[in-house]
Amino acid sequence: MATQIPLVQGFTLPSYERPRGLHPPLDFPGYRATELRAPGRPLVALPHRLTEITGPLLGAERVTPADADLTTQHAGEPLGERIIVTGRLLDGAGRPVPGTLIEIWQANAAGRYKHAVDNHPAPLDPNFSGAGRCMTDAEGRYRFITIKPGAYPWRNHPNAWRPAHIHFSMLGRAFPQRLVTQMYFPGDPLFSQDPIFNAIPDPKARQRLIARFDLGLTQPGWALGFEWDIVLRGSAATAAERAEDHR
Amino acid sequence: MSGGLTPSQTVGPFLAIGLPWADGPFVVPEGTPGAIEITGRVLDGAGEPVPDGMIETWQADPDGRFTHPDDPRGAPEPDGAAFRGFGRCATAPDGGYRIVTLRPGRLPAVQGEGEVGGGTEAPHLDVSVFARGLFDRVVTRIYFSDEPAANEADPVLASIADPDRRATLVAAAVTGDPPGRFRFDIRLQGARETVFFDV
Repeated sequence: MATQIPLVQGFTLPSYERPRGLHPPLDFPGYRATELRAPGRPLVALPHRLTEITGPLLGAERVTPADADLTTQHAGEPLGERIIVTGRLLDGAGRPVPGTLIEIWQANAAGRYKHAVDNHPAPLDPNFSGAGRCMTDAEGRYRFITIKPGAYPWRNHPNAWRPAHIHFSMLGRAFPQRLVTQMYFPGDPLFSQDPIFNAIPDPKARQRLIARFDLGLTQPGWALGFEWDIVLRGSAATAAERAEDHR
Repeated sequence: MSGGLTPSQTVGPFLAIGLPWADGPFVVPEGTPGAIEITGRVLDGAGEPVPDGMIETWQADPDGRFTHPDDPRGAPEPDGAAFRGFGRCATAPDGGYRIVTLRPGRLPAVQGEGEVGGGTEAPHLDVSVFARGLFDRVVTRIYFSDEPAANEADPVLASIADPDRRATLVAAAVTGDPPGRFRFDIRLQGARETVFFDV
């Protein structure tokens, strides 16, 4: 058995903020799939010790620049509105989260996922797989080129439709920063009936999942531009060292 | 300071399009000397498999070290081993998953500013579970049934009063050959519900 390794003297471990009321509650009857999957017992508080203040700083070795362009993965171009989605990955103190892996997946322009279980009678697009990934740069920036996903029906409630969205997964710098969420598009008429979007308790927090159309990011004659920043939980204790590390 | 944080949303039923890695289950390559295998199933409140989920694991190396700048002990000595610390495995139609890794070492149970003397954490993996029907990942820990003394002294296990609940966090050593196999089922709900943590 390994022996206990002494710590250096005078260390300070980061402690990540614990947002209350930010995420949707796990048990939410409006989203039927929670019924048999949401844990029934209260969560047990886990202090942030060594396993929690660290995390996988992986991805650069498995990502190529081409992975960020979902429109060039096949012989032809996918159908749909070509879009650019870009923004910054930040922490709760406004610091960039550089060098972390972002993975996305989405439906095609007709609202169909390339997945055996998706039986929505809309066409598959042979030129669109719907998966992309990239690493954030030194300023926490990311940028994807894709097509705007379509809305699609699901069986959660009568005449249920998901608003158009792109799934986003962020590894973050440490275990508490791990986040998977969805990005939506401005002005979608389907928000009002969507329990997944509306399960977020604070209406202002819901708005933070909606990208902003930006004519400045829009490339003339080629693609519409959307900007969306993602903010992960912050930590106070490592702010000083991090500033030294990255500046 | 929590102003402006991005809320979580479910991975939905189609995470298989974007998240699994071919080498995800292999924290070390298959056949690495000393490698252990952790297998199990993710089950819902009716005891049915969760076939559209994914688990991720994060852990120390066998010496209890992390290759991460926030570990105040510094990076471990490079030993040429292809140890990634991180595992990822989508669930199969029967809810099953498999992780091949090295047994993590014990850790000084420290937190915050210089709090030493907090004892020792037993070897463990932090686990995230993602699935349709989960608005956010749920987090649990895997401990090992063949570390009874270390488990007895572990502060996280000690924080759970009910021994039946505590037992849901302990992977069972599988007897027989080959050695180094462990079984850890994750029950999202119900009488034998796994302990999940607020991290």
